[in-house]
Amino acid sequence: MATTAADLHAAEHEDHGPEKGLKRWLFSTNHKDIGTMYLIFSLTMFFIGGAMAMVIRSELAVPGLQFVHPEFFNQMTTMHALIMVFGAVMPAFVGLANWMIPLQIGAPDMALPRMNNWSFWILPIAFGILLSTLLMPGGAPAGGWTMYPPLILQTGDAFPFLIFSVHLMGLSSIMGAINVIVTIINMRAPDMTLLKMPMFVWTWLITAYLLIAVMPVLAGAVTMLLTDQFFGTSFFLAAGGGDPVMFQHIFWFFGHPEVYIMILPAFGVVSEIIPTFSRKKLFGHDSMVYAASCIAFLSFIVWAHHMFTVGMPLTGQLFFMFATMLIAVPTGVKIFNWVATMWRGSMTFETPMLFSLAFVFLFTIGGFSGLMLAIQPADVQYHDTYFVVAHFHYVLVPGSIFAIMAGAYYWLPKWTGHYYNEKLGKLHFWLSAIFVNVTFFPMHFLGLAGMPRRIPDYSTQFADFNTIASIGAFGFGLSQLIFVAVLLTAKKGAEADDRVWEGAHGLEWTVPSPAPWHTFTTPPKARIANEAFE
Amino acid sequence: MTRKSFLSLLGLFLAGSAHADWALNMPKGVTELSKETYDLHMMVFWWCVGIGIVVFGVMIISLIKHRKSKGVEPATFSHSTAAEIIWTAIPVVILLLMAVPAAETMIKAEDSRDPDLSIVITGYQWKWHYRYQDEGIDFYSSLARPSLDARILDAGVDVNSVDNYLLDVDRPLVVPRDAKVRLLLTSNDVIHSWWVPELAIKKDAIPGIVNETWFKATEVGTYRGQCAELCGKDHGYMPIVVEVVEPEAFQAWVETRKNGDAKLASAE
Repeated sequence: MATTAADLHAAEHEDHGPEKGLKRWLFSTNHKDIGTMYLIFSLTMFFIGGAMAMVIRSELAVPGLQFVHPEFFNQMTTMHALIMVFGAVMPAFVGLANWMIPLQIGAPDMALPRMNNWSFWILPIAFGILLSTLLMPGGAPAGGWTMYPPLILQTGDAFPFLIFSVHLMGLSSIMGAINVIVTIINMRAPDMTLLKMPMFVWTWLITAYLLIAVMPVLAGAVTMLLTDQFFGTSFFLAAGGGDPVMFQHIFWFFGHPEVYIMILPAFGVVSEIIPTFSRKKLFGHDSMVYAASCIAFLSFIVWAHHMFTVGMPLTGQLFFMFATMLIAVPTGVKIFNWVATMWRGSMTFETPMLFSLAFVFLFTIGGFSGLMLAIQPADVQYHDTYFVVAHFHYVLVPGSIFAIMAGAYYWLPKWTGHYYNEKLGKLHFWLSAIFVNVTFFPMHFLGLAGMPRRIPDYSTQFADFNTIASIGAFGFGLSQLIFVAVLLTAKKGAEADDRVWEGAHGLEWTVPSPAPWHTFTTPPKARIANEAFE
Repeated sequence: MTRKSFLSLLGLFLAGSAHADWALNMPKGVTELSKETYDLHMMVFWWCVGIGIVVFGVMIISLIKHRKSKGVEPATFSHSTAAEIIWTAIPVVILLLMAVPAAETMIKAEDSRDPDLSIVITGYQWKWHYRYQDEGIDFYSSLARPSLDARILDAGVDVNSVDNYLLDVDRPLVVPRDAKVRLLLTSNDVIHSWWVPELAIKKDAIPGIVNETWFKATEVGTYRGQCAELCGKDHGYMPIVVEVVEPEAFQAWVETRKNGDAKLASAE
């Protein structure tokens, strides 16, 4: 092979490894290091947000107030949501994207590595600010993560810090999204056409567009809150001619696509894992792409189903009900395709597959309750009750978070070069899968029986199911410590070969395990690499 | 207290629960629309059960039969246009079957014309104010004293000994049976939401906006609900109690309220 400029360049990089010590991480422009940092940050936030959930479930374990005052309880529910949404789930997917998108498309790194560094390091600052509000006079924000005015304007000193930290999170997400789009559009292996891209890459491309579309909307909404509070405007203040409902429209125009930002990459991860452990190609790859695109489009025209009780005109309610119900169609296609992928496969049940299967089961249950919530007259009864809490925790915990766990187990051997402890992994899975249902399933009954959400204390007829949910929550929380044990022992297992899993396909499995600091310094041939496994 | 709760947990699994009135499902309620809402809820629920049985059934069969440990050789198919058209079209049909009755109920719920009685409800942090438009009655409705005493952190009161803990008020809203009651909702401070499950009414009370809704209760009784929109620290402590009484009893209540009690309420 003739020596090309690219080879020479690659050779120059071969001899310099990562910097030593703190500098490696602080100034990193390497997609793998930044991916690792995102994932560790996300896990940290998962435990902090989880600790807040434990405070909530302790207080709710039996009726009557036992541990915290209602003010603090509301701070916990608000902070738990903000931390889990923006600190745990979203950064986890960005971390997986950083690690895996360049490996899956045969790119040497992310397209904009310095911005990549910045978009990560903004996050610890944003969440440092947000967490510091717990120590401020008046405490942390307590008006709910949805930040509805006028209530949110009653926040104490924490208010401007809340707004600023949301701005920073948005900034980080937008930069991350730009990076993903530019990388995917420009840096794919030469023979990897768009429709040949792996599903994880596809879902992330769509997610990145959603992020760019809606994060500025959130930034605008919170900026208007800021000016209403400090600069005398009345965007949302009725006394000055403003409209409090307008905030909800703007917020949910962001908020509903945000829901899909948190689930589309999960679809992608699961679509990688199920074919691997079924030893069969993903069924209907192209229709999966179209379904994800449909979901993304529909996510922009359903926002007001979060607002069926604010008093919209009938025609508006009808439109948003029909549009919302439509989402069931492409989502159904996804689920049917996963089942068809398993059908007549040759399945094995390693930890990533177990988490993915639980994802399909339990996300579908969350989808069912979602369909029920779409029916406007029924939603009037479900709205702002524990039924909704059950619904969105089903799609976010055994949905998004199980997919993140599945992805972490799936790619860990590629990252560390060793198989993780399969016994611990399976224990982690089974305990998580049992306790997640013990926690969240009874919440359906609570909501239907009439328990509103976001209350620190409740009438005695709700006692039994709340006790069960609290037991489940503690079980689930403790089970997650097993995952830490898995990570701490991740390098102790048997050495992994390049392909790691028997049925794995794709470019990431052509590089050594652990993946060297620099990969694909010359673009690979995707098709040839894939055919090698067939 | 914790021990008691564990006992009641045990009771739940065995047979009768310690709390007699716990429920698994949405109440059918006491208005025509609440019954329709319940029926819609159950219809969609059973559709979901049916779809779930099919999808999970196929998946479980696959998980049992198509295992590597059973020596199955993987099939190679990865596409079927016919299958994909079928499983796109069938859900569309099912959705239509759900959407039509839902829309019919929504249209009925929208018709608030010709009310027999109009009540303006104003949300406050953290109580409700009711004003009967034509009867000249108005009063605040707050959490009842026994709950108020028991709700405090370390109150030392067993909340199980309080009747209707957190769901009782000092002055309930009183309405006649079989009357079309129009509610006009607004708020004095932040957004609240007035929710009584048995009436299938949940409507936000928003400052600067007057929302309208209505109900016609067909059965005499006491119906309890709560504020459903987070409204600050005591969001969990502003319940709603609606007493549906016979029309004659309602007239009598209006008279006594007009003569003395109403003044007491507004003087507070």
